[in-house]
Amino acid sequence: MLKSYLVVELLKLLAAGMLLISFALLATRRTQRLIMLFAGQGAILFLSTCLVAHDAGLTELYFSAALTLLLKVVLLPLILHGLLHRLGAQWDNERLVHVPATMLAGLVLVVLAFGLAQPISMLATTIMRHTVGIALAVILLSFLMMITRRKAVSQVIGFLAMENGLFFAATSATYGMPMVIELGIALDLLVAVFILGIFFFQIREQFDSLDLHHLETLKEE
Amino acid sequence: MEILLLLGLPLAGSLTLAFLGARRHAPEVNAGFSLATLGAAALLVLRVLHNGPLLAWREQFYVDSFNIFLVALTAFVGFTTAVFSRPYMRAEHIHRKFSPRRLRLYHSMYQLFLGAMLMALMTNNMGLLWVSMEAATLSTVLLVSLYKTKASLEAAWKYFILCGVGIAQALFGTILLYFAAARALGHEGMSSLLWTHLYAVRTQLEPTVVALAFTFLLVGYGTKVGLAPLHNWLPDAHSEGPAPVSALLSGLLLNVALYAVIRAKTLATGSIGSMLPNRVLMAFGLVSALLGALFLWRQRDIKRLFGYSSIEHMGLIAFAFGIGGPVANFAALLHMTVHALTKSSIFFAAGHAAQTAGTQQMEDIRGLVRVSPALGWGLLLGSLAILGFPPFGVFTSEFLILTTAMRQHPWTTPLLLLALAMAFAGIFSKVQQMVFGENPAAKLTPSPALVPVYVHLAIVLMLGIYIPPALAGWYHAAAQMIG
Amino acid sequence: MNGIAFVWQFLEVVLAIALAPLFTGWIAQCRAWMQNRSAPPLLQPYRMLRKLFHKEAVLAEHASPLLRAAPYALFGAMVLAAAIIPSFVTDLPFARAADAIALIGLFATARVCQALAAMDIGSAFGTMGARREMMIGFLAEPAILMVFFNAFLLFGTTALTGVVDNYASHPSVVDPSVIFAAIGFVMVLLAENARIPIDNPATHLELTMIHEAMVLEYSGRHLALIEWAASLKLFNYACIGIALFLPWGIAIHGAGLGHVLFALAALIVKLAVCGAALALIESLSAKLRLFRAPEFLAMAFLIAVLGLLVHLLMGANTSA
Repeated sequence: MLKSYLVVELLKLLAAGMLLISFALLATRRTQRLIMLFAGQGAILFLSTCLVAHDAGLTELYFSAALTLLLKVVLLPLILHGLLHRLGAQWDNERLVHVPATMLAGLVLVVLAFGLAQPISMLATTIMRHTVGIALAVILLSFLMMITRRKAVSQVIGFLAMENGLFFAATSATYGMPMVIELGIALDLLVAVFILGIFFFQIREQFDSLDLHHLETLKEE
Repeated sequence: MEILLLLGLPLAGSLTLAFLGARRHAPEVNAGFSLATLGAAALLVLRVLHNGPLLAWREQFYVDSFNIFLVALTAFVGFTTAVFSRPYMRAEHIHRKFSPRRLRLYHSMYQLFLGAMLMALMTNNMGLLWVSMEAATLSTVLLVSLYKTKASLEAAWKYFILCGVGIAQALFGTILLYFAAARALGHEGMSSLLWTHLYAVRTQLEPTVVALAFTFLLVGYGTKVGLAPLHNWLPDAHSEGPAPVSALLSGLLLNVALYAVIRAKTLATGSIGSMLPNRVLMAFGLVSALLGALFLWRQRDIKRLFGYSSIEHMGLIAFAFGIGGPVANFAALLHMTVHALTKSSIFFAAGHAAQTAGTQQMEDIRGLVRVSPALGWGLLLGSLAILGFPPFGVFTSEFLILTTAMRQHPWTTPLLLLALAMAFAGIFSKVQQMVFGENPAAKLTPSPALVPVYVHLAIVLMLGIYIPPALAGWYHAAAQMIG
Repeated sequence: MNGIAFVWQFLEVVLAIALAPLFTGWIAQCRAWMQNRSAPPLLQPYRMLRKLFHKEAVLAEHASPLLRAAPYALFGAMVLAAAIIPSFVTDLPFARAADAIALIGLFATARVCQALAAMDIGSAFGTMGARREMMIGFLAEPAILMVFFNAFLLFGTTALTGVVDNYASHPSVVDPSVIFAAIGFVMVLLAENARIPIDNPATHLELTMIHEAMVLEYSGRHLALIEWAASLKLFNYACIGIALFLPWGIAIHGAGLGHVLFALAALIVKLAVCGAALALIESLSAKLRLFRAPEFLAMAFLIAVLGLLVHLLMGANTSA
């Protein structure tokens, strides 16, 4: 009982860390730091999945955790770093305006997320049910990040952070998705990053920059 | 067995074509694999006609009256598009001078895309449905940016990001569905995401969770359907990719995404009643139909024009599913079929028209009948068909949708009529000028492959006059099931 | 209330006054180490104070009494604040007089005194510094209040001593909201004490300075008092942070002498660690341009609000 209580509290703490990183992603200007934050978020996801796996005694979840560790903490950040390096963009800074306004919008999203997650939290039987709201908040915040960013790499990191939130939601609400599906998702994710990597080069070749404000010509006049 | 063939053939085709590269006969190999896939689909159709709905491979695959006709349609349009793309891409290859490696990518991704869509259609697992939808997106992203121009890169990026975000919402919906299923079915791992199992316990699913799940699934897959206001990627992707890709996107991908939405809707209807799902679908549908028709007017690019037309028609279909009931569902299913056939034939014709004129700008495409009568008439007939001229099949389905709407939701009738009228005037005036206008000088004339255009239009014409009993039976059964 | 409590109170205040320059010196030393410079002696702030006290205080001709009185008021306010903050014992008679909100008022009073004094002469720099200081303060106060609210909500009291007392009876796991509050607090601390992302106490570059601009007119013992008060303020903030976020080992009501000695040792260790951590943060961050300061503090505020939200929303779920 006490042990389980401890696990719940620790999980809440990790969830809070996850949320905090989401906010940090919203406010960080340096692209390299974004990648580090993303890796940190992956690490928290890994830790919490391990904790849940341990507590619920589900070996399947350990695989999921290992997948997270491999993909989101090691592989994807490395790929992104390599990409930045080869693009010569590792010291890129991004102009962000209205960071406080963005964060305020983020706060509203957090409240909204908890509101939406309330019925799920009420019904769930997992020990992580309190964190479904946070998972949803992480998803929405990543969404916000993708909207506010103008750089290709940052948008991709937002996209990947959203995936982190989704995995966290799956672990929180239902002890993860079936293994085959998690593998499928991971594969899709990897392919997506691969394709985006190709894309970065093509975009830069055409526009001499990874800034997406060049990509605003296709509009209805 | 047939299912395995259906999935294996495109995959094998993709690998073979990746290996073959840009050899001279690569387009023929592409068409050959598509033909084989069509054959496998025909076998599957025969099997389903004989034995009824089919569960295979530890219930992981399910073929019923709802998806069998879509499988057949996908394989068919996949084949005809491959036939069309053979001369078209050759001409593009010479004309636009992209590298042979791009052609290899194109053929390989073409097959992969077909495979992913067939997988999405036939899988019984809502999770795998998501995975294959994402795979279908990923395989088309590089197809859209095939020309590597600034505009095509922008279109592909928008397509990827918007659909990526959308599909992430769909994943959350899937997670919620799994959550609801785990409560109703107990923890069964893989099997609790099987649609057949979920359908069996649909009345026991937790209503609040299912409502939330349905909303997320609708928004997620709805982005790929191109429902307004999530449609921004669609006109760009349609206008900037090669014509065969536009045909596949409009004819097949939108249908498959809508199929996913409707599968989710049947579950939601069972759990929370038809009220909420129907209302939401109707609202999305009506807005899309109106917006699509409105934006038609402002287009200058021929493929963009028909991209907006796709939005309008997807809106109509979603609206029809939103009305619900056997008649409206029947009409929606019929409309899915005829729209796919008509729109892909239009994109074939539009592709050739743009090639002939050397531009996609409609004001520079003039006098097609004089340059190539077959092409001009093909485009005109296709446009008439999509505008709902009798006796084409689109007329039948639109007529059914309108009359049902009139009976059940009279207030929507003027809006629907407005959308149809705007689309009619918008498309007709533009196409008329392109087909009959004065042409200063005929530009290059590659030998167009117009057989697919006329085959598609012939089938649409046939469906307007006579629906084969087997197809009608599937429509009826599916309409009953969707509810 | 017993006699021993007054002894602790006295000891606590004296300790704060005595240790504050040492804490400042320790941070400077850590920073120097981290930046690969040769460090100034640990006792440098004391030497500085001694030097200044020996010097003659020069005041401007047109100075009003306010200019003369401000250093004393400032120093007094900081000493009073030190008396309220439980650094190693909670059995403090003074602490009953004021809770944490009053403490913020006390800091605000000190700030107003200093700003008014800076404007007293009418020199351009003084006025500019005062304006900047008031802007920072105006933004920092809501943020620190929000941080406090986090703790108040968690422990059900608005007194710092109460927070520490209640902590002892609370289960030993950290509530998630504490992470947010702690980050918000550190940000406010840096801003309020003229530390690096907002201000650099070691520079006299007129474009950027805030705190230094206000004290340009002072010399001699007045300057010494102001410097001492500044290090006391930093010390106080560090002690508030310790009381809120690291209260392990602080002797609560009715603890024995042994426990108090242990608490004292714990305080020294905690201060050393905190000082090193602060130096690390300062070394790692770059000075923000002045117009970024509002953004920085708004973020501190929002993070603290986020902590409140997380606490309330997750707590609501727990009870459901």
